[in-house]
Amino acid sequence: MSMTIIEKILARASGQQHVAPGDVVVCEVDMTVLIDLQFATKWPPPRRIADPDRLAIVMDHAVPAPSIADADGGVVARAFAQEFGVERFFDVGRHGICHQVIAENALARPGEILACTDSHTCAAGAYNTAARGLGPVEIYSIMCTGQTWFQVAPTIRYELVGTLPELISGKDVFLHIAGTYGDATNHSLELGGEGLATIPMNDRRTIATQGAEISADFTTFPADERCLAFLAERAPQADLEPVDPDPDARYADVREVDLSALEPYVARPGGVADNAHPVSELESVAVNQCFIGSCANGQLEDLAIAASVLDGRRVADGVRLIVTPASQAVYAEALRRGYLETLADAGAVITNSTCGACFGYHMGLLGAGEVCLTASTRNFRGRMGSPDAEIYMGSPATVAASAVAGRITDPRGVLA
Amino acid sequence: MSGVIEGRAWVFGNSVDTDNMYPGYAMKLPVEEAARHVFYALRPGWTEQVRPGDVVVAGRNFGIGSSRPVAELFRLLGVAALVAEEFNSLFLRNSINYGLPAVTIPGVTAAVTDGQDVTLDIADATLTPLPGGQPVAGSPLPGFVLDILAQGGLMPKLVADGYVAGATGAAGHPAG
Repeated sequence: MSMTIIEKILARASGQQHVAPGDVVVCEVDMTVLIDLQFATKWPPPRRIADPDRLAIVMDHAVPAPSIADADGGVVARAFAQEFGVERFFDVGRHGICHQVIAENALARPGEILACTDSHTCAAGAYNTAARGLGPVEIYSIMCTGQTWFQVAPTIRYELVGTLPELISGKDVFLHIAGTYGDATNHSLELGGEGLATIPMNDRRTIATQGAEISADFTTFPADERCLAFLAERAPQADLEPVDPDPDARYADVREVDLSALEPYVARPGGVADNAHPVSELESVAVNQCFIGSCANGQLEDLAIAASVLDGRRVADGVRLIVTPASQAVYAEALRRGYLETLADAGAVITNSTCGACFGYHMGLLGAGEVCLTASTRNFRGRMGSPDAEIYMGSPATVAASAVAGRITDPRGVLA
Repeated sequence: MSGVIEGRAWVFGNSVDTDNMYPGYAMKLPVEEAARHVFYALRPGWTEQVRPGDVVVAGRNFGIGSSRPVAELFRLLGVAALVAEEFNSLFLRNSINYGLPAVTIPGVTAAVTDGQDVTLDIADATLTPLPGGQPVAGSPLPGFVLDILAQGGLMPKLVADGYVAGATGAAGHPAG
């Protein structure tokens, strides 16, 4: 039927045999995720909602509450969850950044549609889910009606070949794509090919998360064996229906990426599109703050590589390293495995799980004139604090190695 | 929302992001105060200059970034519509869902100069520089999108359909 993954999911969800770019479809949404900020201002109490079992609430952006307004939002969220019987309520202590919580609890499943009030909801595309961020009022509307509309965008296919080298992460794959091909506004992305099997699930989620940074609509991966094993661990009873692209699917463009040839990349401040470079080109840049966290890079594997880089080393004088686990579960597991001890001994500050520093809201803002290297989602001007700070972006390994050196550094030289 | 708008055009470049319009620190403020920080770094002082009825014109990839309801801030400032060569899709639907027209017109930034008066026909997706300039047109928004705008966004419709009691306030705060 000549459809890409996202076209097939949207066709099924809207009861169509076939959809093509330009079509507008109305879909039932399988899972809708509300976040704490949505409750913190002007939450009109709903009279009825579509289905509490297709709803989740995650406290993530401003936890533990850094202001009275955020604390008041928590009060509203808890009352709402109780009144409407929302069982998937991830309150402070069993919380995490929503996209991590979605993954840990298998709320995103192959072939399904997931909507959430955060632009990085495309993260769940790693699980073969049609997932995207929508504005607060639209998420509220879906909560009430159970539906929304999408316009089918043309799909760009990334055909992955070769093997992902050691110390090269999903962040590097994404930065290579963003730096080489620029933005993908009003397009969806699909990644696949024989090289995909060499990319772990955490790295796939990093890539899917960052689809938003090149303005893509949806970013989807196929549900291969590795993906299905990941989901089976978290939802053993689930009846999963993976969606593969048709052999004759029509793409706006097909671009081959040779994973074997990739190296560490760093994006210069301002954005990632047409703005990422091999780390070797930026190694003279001195840094004041290094950050490892967010939905993109606060995963257990990200903390593991940071700990291995920092084991027996120290964060350089004059540099702050902030590490934010993506969820309470990641925090606890990193604690059990000793990663947090290693990081703390090296001089890193470990925070509770939150979106905090990534969006310049709390726990790690930048002052004027400061330079940050971040393994998080976004490096817009002013994103993490002062508009007069500079935010570079790299992988957790690159950030950890740079924190030790005090300047942007290739991690392969440190862990060689 | 009226069908034809007349106001001044404020012209911006490519890839203007949401953090530039609704910075993280402003998310801690009531929306009326947050509105004073739109374009705080890109064009300081703009919120003192913009007048009700004005139109924001931008280049490619307008609104890349987060789901923060920038449209609420624009509406508080009296901005009547957004026009761009190309919109980020989240930003486009987020504007419409808050009742702010967002019209795609390729070539618009070359057709109008900063501060120039324009008319904008929303249903026809046509912008005409004044006085007597050459109109530039894009593809009209689908009928159901125009209906959302005619209702003033999604919330009035939810109220009318009985999902929400009387209050027509916006549903919640931005995301990261």
